[in-house]
Amino acid sequence: MVDDSTRKTLSSIPLLQIRAGPREKDVWVQRLKEEYQALIKACSYVENNKQSGSDWFRLESNKEGTKWFGKCWYMHNLLKYEFDIEFDIPVTYPTTAPEIALPELDGKTAKMYRGGKICLTDHFKPLWARNVPKFGIAHAMALGLAPWLAVEVPDLIEKGIITYKDKC
Amino acid sequence: MSTAIDELQAIIAELKTELEEQKTATRNARDKIEHMSAEVVDSNPYSRLMALQRMNIVKDYERIRDKSVAIVGVGGVGSVTADMLTRCGIGKLILFDYDKVELANMNRLFFTPDQAGLSKVAAAARTLSFINPDVRIETHNYNITTVENFDNFLATISTSGIEQGQPVDLVLSCVDNFEARMAINAACNEHNLNWFESGVSENAVSGHIQFIRPGDTACFACAPPLVVAENIDERTLKREGVCAASLPTTMGITAGLLVQNALKYLLNFGEVSDYLGYNALNDFFPKMTLKPNTQCDDRHCLQRQKDFQARPKPVVVVEEEVSNEPLHASNDWGIELVAEDAPLPAVDATSKSADVATGLRLAYEAPDKLDTTSSAAETVVGDGAPEASLEDLMAQMKSM
Repeated sequence: MVDDSTRKTLSSIPLLQIRAGPREKDVWVQRLKEEYQALIKACSYVENNKQSGSDWFRLESNKEGTKWFGKCWYMHNLLKYEFDIEFDIPVTYPTTAPEIALPELDGKTAKMYRGGKICLTDHFKPLWARNVPKFGIAHAMALGLAPWLAVEVPDLIEKGIITYKDKC
Repeated sequence: MSTAIDELQAIIAELKTELEEQKTATRNARDKIEHMSAEVVDSNPYSRLMALQRMNIVKDYERIRDKSVAIVGVGGVGSVTADMLTRCGIGKLILFDYDKVELANMNRLFFTPDQAGLSKVAAAARTLSFINPDVRIETHNYNITTVENFDNFLATISTSGIEQGQPVDLVLSCVDNFEARMAINAACNEHNLNWFESGVSENAVSGHIQFIRPGDTACFACAPPLVVAENIDERTLKREGVCAASLPTTMGITAGLLVQNALKYLLNFGEVSDYLGYNALNDFFPKMTLKPNTQCDDRHCLQRQKDFQARPKPVVVVEEEVSNEPLHASNDWGIELVAEDAPLPAVDATSKSADVATGLRLAYEAPDKLDTTSSAAETVVGDGAPEASLEDLMAQMKSM
């Protein structure tokens, strides 16, 4: 199930310890700090190791940490494609993974649920379920969104559904 | 000028007749009925239901009017469920869904193409109150899994009973995703409400219902979800390019199983299934009961388990028909009964998957609870790092 590249990505992101969802106000702040620490590590790891890939996402949240938004980039044939990201932290988090959405791709690919939520059922959700509460948003980005982009974006470009000019 | 006026008048007349036609169409809906009658006449919408009493299936069918049911998810299964309960004359329905009707939904039952674009709850409420104006329908058009809506969802299911302030009698989950099921599970554990989970597989060839009584049967977080084994070779299963398939048949059958068991529970007849699966490929219906997990991650589930243990168990009274006559007047052949004391076959309890009934499997193997220590290779957040405030971290992330 877990292959070498997944294991490598995994080792670069620190694991989280606190099991708390957004309804548990006090403990949630602690979890949120862990989330930010892991995200900062994940982003700076990429900055320090340019050969392992390009810097590919930025995220920020509202002050409660329940709504997240940002951007992600995907390199294809030396061109950079950019997409907006948004998602809510569900009340059942971290038992259930966040449902990452790329609203501008809504309706453009079948591997998406309403509102542009990417389909994570097969490749990511069982992995998440076995790693509660150690996985956080940084893991969802690296092990959920990144493989999805790697499969979907080249396909969408090839089909002419998204073009580079769109993002200039 | 005058021709223009004539034209406009003609158009107005045409629109008037059209409006009149529309009005008569809706006027054909019947008025509300005070009491369910058992009278057998063509004009009585409840005669066939009330006949269940005369056939000794249900005692006092009219109790259904005192029942309030919440349906979460008004899609392929939920809409048909709502339709069935409405036709059965349920007292009150509370519908939750945040989606809109789309033409892509037309391979399923209930919704019609003219409703495309309307919210599912609004479109459903209109059709349902036309079918049976006696049913009180309440709609909620939001996503229950988000922080801002969940509290409203909790408050609604715990106060929207037939009498305001009382909880609903039953919650039916007809959603299509794990997050929403877990949200319903959390809510029902918290408020100690019985609920049915239902689902249809993404390849549309299996379905299931599961009755969850907090503390008594396994909650949805107690174990990985049970799925109906379809015996399809994983290598031949094509998933590329699609997320989910659906069939009106599988959805209708699942809704039928769900409502049948809901009725049995609400009106107290027959035997309610704790878990019932449906494999459409070979028409197999696996059935089983799931015990709650004493190490469930949901703390409310653990509390409900304690409550359940403390509650005295209802004593099942078996009515024996006592007959004074000898069972058989004569026994010419000397037939007698012999006690069967053969030992029961031992069950292999070592494997987790062995605990589920034939034809079922767990969606994934649960992580080992005892293995909570991280291995040395794993890095954990906050290792040796100085304690930073959340605001600092947010600012640091933003400046990257």
